[in-house]
Amino acid sequence: MKRFAQLFTDLDQTTKTLAKIKALVHYFETAPDADKLWAIALLSHRRPKRTVNTTLMSTWASEQSGLPAWLFGESHHIVGDLAETITLLLPEPAEVSDESLAWWISFIQQLEPLTIDEKKEKILWAWNRLPHTERFVFNKLITGGFRMGVSQQLMVKALARYTNSPENVLAHTLMGQWSPQQTTLAELLAANSTHDVSKPYPFYLAYALEEDVTTLGEPGEWFAEHKWDGIRGQIIVRNNQLFVWSRGEELVTDKYPEYESLLTLLPEGTVIDGEILPYKDNRPLPFSLLQTRIGRKTLSAKILKDVPVAFIAYDVLEWQQQDIREWPLEQRRKMLESFCPADHPVLRLSPLIDFDSWPKLAEVRSQAREIFSEGVMLKRKRSIYRNGRRRGDWWKWKLDPYTVDAVMLYAMRGHGRRANLYTDYTFAVWDSGTLVPFTKAYSGLTDEEIRQVDRWVKQNTLERFGPVRSVKPTLVFEIAFEGIARSTRHKSGIALRFPRMHRWRKDKPPEEANSLQDLLQLLDAKND
Amino acid sequence: MALLEFTDRGIYCGQAGVYLDPWKPVGRAVITHGHSDHARAGSERYLCTPVTAPIIKHRLRLGDGMVETAAYGEVVTINGVAFSFHPAGHIPGSAQVRVEYKGEVWVFTGDYKRALDGLSEPFEQLRCDTLITESTFGLPIYRWVPQAETFADVNAWWRQNQAEGKVSVIAGYTLGKAQRILRNIDPSVGKIFVHGAVDVMNQVLRDTGIDLPPTQRVTKEMRKADFEGGLVVCPPSAVGSPWIRKFMPFSLGIASGWMALRGARRRRGADRGFILSDHADWAELNDTVKQSEATKVFVTHGYSEIFAQWLTERGIEAAEVKTQYEGELGEIVESGTQESTAESDVVLTAGEEQDL
Repeated sequence: MKRFAQLFTDLDQTTKTLAKIKALVHYFETAPDADKLWAIALLSHRRPKRTVNTTLMSTWASEQSGLPAWLFGESHHIVGDLAETITLLLPEPAEVSDESLAWWISFIQQLEPLTIDEKKEKILWAWNRLPHTERFVFNKLITGGFRMGVSQQLMVKALARYTNSPENVLAHTLMGQWSPQQTTLAELLAANSTHDVSKPYPFYLAYALEEDVTTLGEPGEWFAEHKWDGIRGQIIVRNNQLFVWSRGEELVTDKYPEYESLLTLLPEGTVIDGEILPYKDNRPLPFSLLQTRIGRKTLSAKILKDVPVAFIAYDVLEWQQQDIREWPLEQRRKMLESFCPADHPVLRLSPLIDFDSWPKLAEVRSQAREIFSEGVMLKRKRSIYRNGRRRGDWWKWKLDPYTVDAVMLYAMRGHGRRANLYTDYTFAVWDSGTLVPFTKAYSGLTDEEIRQVDRWVKQNTLERFGPVRSVKPTLVFEIAFEGIARSTRHKSGIALRFPRMHRWRKDKPPEEANSLQDLLQLLDAKND
Repeated sequence: MALLEFTDRGIYCGQAGVYLDPWKPVGRAVITHGHSDHARAGSERYLCTPVTAPIIKHRLRLGDGMVETAAYGEVVTINGVAFSFHPAGHIPGSAQVRVEYKGEVWVFTGDYKRALDGLSEPFEQLRCDTLITESTFGLPIYRWVPQAETFADVNAWWRQNQAEGKVSVIAGYTLGKAQRILRNIDPSVGKIFVHGAVDVMNQVLRDTGIDLPPTQRVTKEMRKADFEGGLVVCPPSAVGSPWIRKFMPFSLGIASGWMALRGARRRRGADRGFILSDHADWAELNDTVKQSEATKVFVTHGYSEIFAQWLTERGIEAAEVKTQYEGELGEIVESGTQESTAESDVVLTAGEEQDL
């Protein structure tokens, strides 16, 4: 654990990519294989199962530190992270520990069948053995949400350097279903390992186009498609089984029983890339409906009827058991068209937009909202299918967002690097003379603006409720969002999609903020 | 009428007609220390310690006739009220103010810490009936490590940067933190450079007899090669300014009590956060209250509401007081936007200078 804690410290102490890679390579070079395997798992979002609930952890830590529960709670609000709060409040350890990362993870996993009292005894024993950073890592392994300031892509880069193997092969190797309990490092890294038939390919992700579209050059070199507001997914048919993966590297086959029918349609050894989209009566439904469906544990007949999904296919990555990601997009697209039926209720080919000039495409894009699309995707015809988010060949060219001016009513402390700063705000619009809260937003401001708002919040607090403060309704922000839908869960009756602060309207008094009627009009205009 | 009252100008002693650390202009001000949220311009007369005097004369541009001094322990009687200064251990010259009238004793701590820093006069524990204490770090999550450990880390970081061909840039407040760093780092590691604002304050303090290792002021004429292997001490406001770019490649360290939290460290984008505070931590605040034997405690800037509630639950009558001292807001001034940090003799004024 000391070595892993050191890695954690090294990664935490630098913001530079090269230094992070160096620290990771050093770790891979020195750690035992079992620890390496777990480090790879942790840095690719594979966590040990939670075996102790966090409320119990808080209670025990509060007891051990001799502090009343409310003071523990206040400390937690300000630190913004439970694992760190516990680490800071516990007395110094009396014993020493030399156990490895893998040993501690197995220790945590063995807690599962124990009674609460037995768990408590074990946890206190561990806390009393682990010094500061190791104790923090231990707590994080239990509470989850472990971010080490390293993306999976960066970890893969370091691992590629250590194993001396190509990055894209490694990235693929680490995809899919594997767990450190059921494999060894050697097995995991063995080339062409085929033990997981469901293994997806790393998704190729596009950056947003910020430059003028004409900088992309000749329109003829590009395919354009509608950008759908759904969930990115891969459908895999291998061994006569069908698997559905979402972009979050989650196996979601059970969530979309509609796709089961594709097993007979797609030949053995096929992987297609596309969008999981709520779709009914030949048109997409708002994303918010899909959200209500995702949240359910069991899918009722009613929800399957009300919010059916289609798969909008836009790429094929594997064909007849052959990885074809190196083929140019034009060729992959031809292949896709060859087996996508013209009029299938579930599998739909993502149509190409017919355009011969950028202004023409801009015109199509401007009407995107009418067909429930978010804008346009641009893909270079000769591009190969790469992994991760890359610049150059694929771009998303989204519509400008909706905007509305709103008044800040509440501020809440943030977490992580925004801990102890008021960064999460609730906004309101006018409705017959009163301010009605309608959305929260916490992104879009610069660090400097956040500090200014934080200072303002602290000086203009009306009331405090734990981590939340109500403030004088004075500050006006322009809120940008991608979509708007009716909602019965919100007092205002509406829910926004991707709300964020677009601008701090220091020039506007609160009286000039928008009204709920303005928002309802947007809603009506959209549903016409 | 209470001996000390909380008014919108500051802490007021009606019997003597003086204010302690007022934030608006008053007739007579008693000043605990030279930081800008405690010593403000505009009052007619100032009373402070002999070390604080040149600091506030310099920063507030006060004439000689406006500043009176009293040594630690020396009693100044104003209309029957006995005022005396006692070391607060916060920065050089910093004082607690003891106020006695007809046998009743109040103590205003100003900003303080109990741990020795090798620079400031050591904190003196006073006894009183009523205590007014700060609470900048009034939460149990704040537990300082001995400064020897912190400076061992700073020295090791400096050496490592040297080995990697980087300049070490460390940010700390111009008055207090900068000199504490200079007093405690290992000057044998390499050359030490200071930002103009730090240099000016160093001179003021050297003139009071404080011994600091030799430093060179960063000037326009200096070239990249001059800084090789060196350590640069600058104010937090220089971080992120064009001034700092001349040291590239460099590693940036920030020395502050706020660096105890991972979130604060990550937010600053510094390579290293060194936990180094000139304020009392949780244990020190509690020790001070306990050993003062005060039966009533007022808690000023910081986590005042929380600390007051904690004391109340421990059977000590305590209340939160709103002041304009900037404890909780302090973090704002960590940003690089407050003040131009050009290599001029500009005195960094209000807003730049909270000690953290």
